[in-house]
Amino acid sequence: MEISPKPFSIFPRSFLTAAWLGWKIESNWTDPFLFAVYSIIKPLAGAMILVVMYGVIANGNYNTPIFAYIYIGNAFYRYVGDVMTGISFTIIEDREHYRTLRYIYTAPIVVPFYLLGRGVARFLTSSFAVVVVMGAGILFLHLPFDLQKVDWLLFLVGLLVGVVMLAMLGLILAGITLLIVNHNYAIGDAVSGALFLFSGAIFPLDVLPVWLRPIGFIIPVSYWLELLRRALIGNVAQAFPTFSSLSNLQLLGILVTLAIVFGIISVYVFRLCDHNARERGLIDLTTNY
Amino acid sequence: MPTLPPVKTRHTGWMLFWMTVWGRSYPRVVGMQRERSWLFFDIFLPLMGVSAYVFVYRAIHAPEDYIGFVIVGGVMIAYWMNVLWGMSSQLYWEKETGNLALYIIAPGPLMACLLGMAVGGLFATTLRALVGLVIGSLLFNVNYTVVSFPFLFLVFLAAMIALYGLGMATSSIFLLLSREAWHIANLAQEPIYLVSGFYFPIKSFPFWVAAAGSLIPLTLGLDAIRQLVFASGPSLGFISVPLELGILVVLALVFLFVSYLLLNYMERLAVREGKLTDIRS
Repeated sequence: MEISPKPFSIFPRSFLTAAWLGWKIESNWTDPFLFAVYSIIKPLAGAMILVVMYGVIANGNYNTPIFAYIYIGNAFYRYVGDVMTGISFTIIEDREHYRTLRYIYTAPIVVPFYLLGRGVARFLTSSFAVVVVMGAGILFLHLPFDLQKVDWLLFLVGLLVGVVMLAMLGLILAGITLLIVNHNYAIGDAVSGALFLFSGAIFPLDVLPVWLRPIGFIIPVSYWLELLRRALIGNVAQAFPTFSSLSNLQLLGILVTLAIVFGIISVYVFRLCDHNARERGLIDLTTNY
Repeated sequence: MPTLPPVKTRHTGWMLFWMTVWGRSYPRVVGMQRERSWLFFDIFLPLMGVSAYVFVYRAIHAPEDYIGFVIVGGVMIAYWMNVLWGMSSQLYWEKETGNLALYIIAPGPLMACLLGMAVGGLFATTLRALVGLVIGSLLFNVNYTVVSFPFLFLVFLAAMIALYGLGMATSSIFLLLSREAWHIANLAQEPIYLVSGFYFPIKSFPFWVAAAGSLIPLTLGLDAIRQLVFASGPSLGFISVPLELGILVVLALVFLFVSYLLLNYMERLAVREGKLTDIRS
C-alpha cells in the first residue's frame, strides 16, 4: 500500500486544534472570574517576594537600576517556566493523567506541532501574568518605564524569537519526558530552576562566582532577558557590565543564532526520543509514579 | 496463583491504629532507601532555586544573616511542599489512582492513614531538609548562633505537628474539591512563600498582614527558628519566641481536631452519596 504524503494543512490543523484544547484544559476547571484571580495572584505573589526582599534591604527605595533589573527579569521569566515546561508537561498530562496520548498518536496529526500548540495556552496565560506584573511595577513601584522610549520593534522581535526558542527547548524536554518513567514531573522544573539561577534572571551574572558565569553565557535565556530589558528600559539595563560590550543588534544576532541551533537540536532530539518511545512501547505507558 | 499467609492476629483498637500508622508511613520511609534519585531531585534542585534568592541578596549587598534566612527558609519550603503535595493532595491522588476505595474499605481508620502519611512524610522531608541545610550552609558560609537547642527543638516540633495537622485537615477538603484541588495546590506556593516570609523576616510586613500569615504554622515556626539561630534574629523577629511557641501549640491542637471532624464528614458523605471514589478527571 502506498502512503500518500501528508497534506500541508495537517500542520496548522494540529497546531490550532491543540492550542484550542490547551486553552480549554487550562481554563475550564473553574469560572472565568476565579481563573482570572488565579492567573493574577500567583505571578504577583512571586514578584512581591522579590519586592519585599529588595525593600527590606533598600528601605523601600525602588527607584534604582538594580531593582528594575530584578523586577523585569523576574516578570519575563514566567515565559520560561510556562512555555517550556508547559510543552513538556503535555506528555505527562496526556499520557499519565488523561491517558489519551495513545489516541493522539494514532490521530491524523503531527505530534510536534500538537505539542507546540498545547504551549499556546500557557503563552497566553503567561502574557497576561507578565502584563499584570509589569503594570503593578509601573503603577506602584515607579519602574523607570517610559512608553515613548521603549524600543518596540526590538521588544517584539526579541519576545517572538525568545518564545520560539523556549518552545523548541520545550520540545527537547517533551522528547526526553517520553522516555522517562521516574521523576518525569521534575524534568521541566529542573531545567527551569537551573535557567533561573544561571541566566541571571533576577540578579546580574557578575554576582555569580567566576567559575559559574560561563554557564550563563551559553544559555540563550540570558541574552533574551538582557535584550528585553534593554528594549524596555534602555540605559538602565546597560548599566550592568555583563553584556555591556554587546550592542542590541549583536545580542539579537546571538539570540537568533542560539534559537536556530536549539531549534535544529530539538527536531532531532524529539525525533530520536519519539522513535525510541515507539520502539519500547512507552507511548501509552502509565506509571502512576 | 500465589496465596497470602493466613492472618494469625487481628489487631483492633489502638493496636490497629498504630499498625495502620506504621503501615502507611512505611513506604515513605523505606521508599527513600530503595530509590536514591531523591538526592538529586529533592536536594539539588530546590537548592538551585534557593541559591538564586541568595544571589539576589548578594547583588543588593544585604547583611550576611539574610543569606542564612534564605537557606533556612528554603529548607522549610520542603516541608510546605510535602504537606501540599504529599498530604493535602494525597487523598485526591489516591482517588485518581483507584486506591481510595481500598483505604475506605480497609479495617484501619482513615485518621491513622493520614497520620501515617504525616509521620512518613515528616521523616523523609527532615532527611532531605537536613542534607539541604548542611550543603546550603557550607556553600554560602552561613554562621549560626544557636541560643537554645531545647527551645529550638520544641519550636520545630510544635510547628511540624501544626503544619502536618493542617495537611491532614486540608486533605479532606482537597478530596471534596476534586479537579480544582490540583490548581489550588499549585496556587498555594508563591503566595504562601510570600506571606510566610520564607525569604525575608515576616516583621517586614504590617502587623496584621503578618498576623494573618501566621495561620500557616510555618510562618511562626520559621520566625521563631530564625530568632533562635541567627545573631540578628531576635531584632528581626515578629513576636517573642515563647508566644510563638504557645500559638503553634494551639494551632496544632486546632488543626488536628479539625482534621478529625473533616475526615468524619467525608466518610459520612462517602457512605451517603456513594460516589466519593468516582474518578472525575
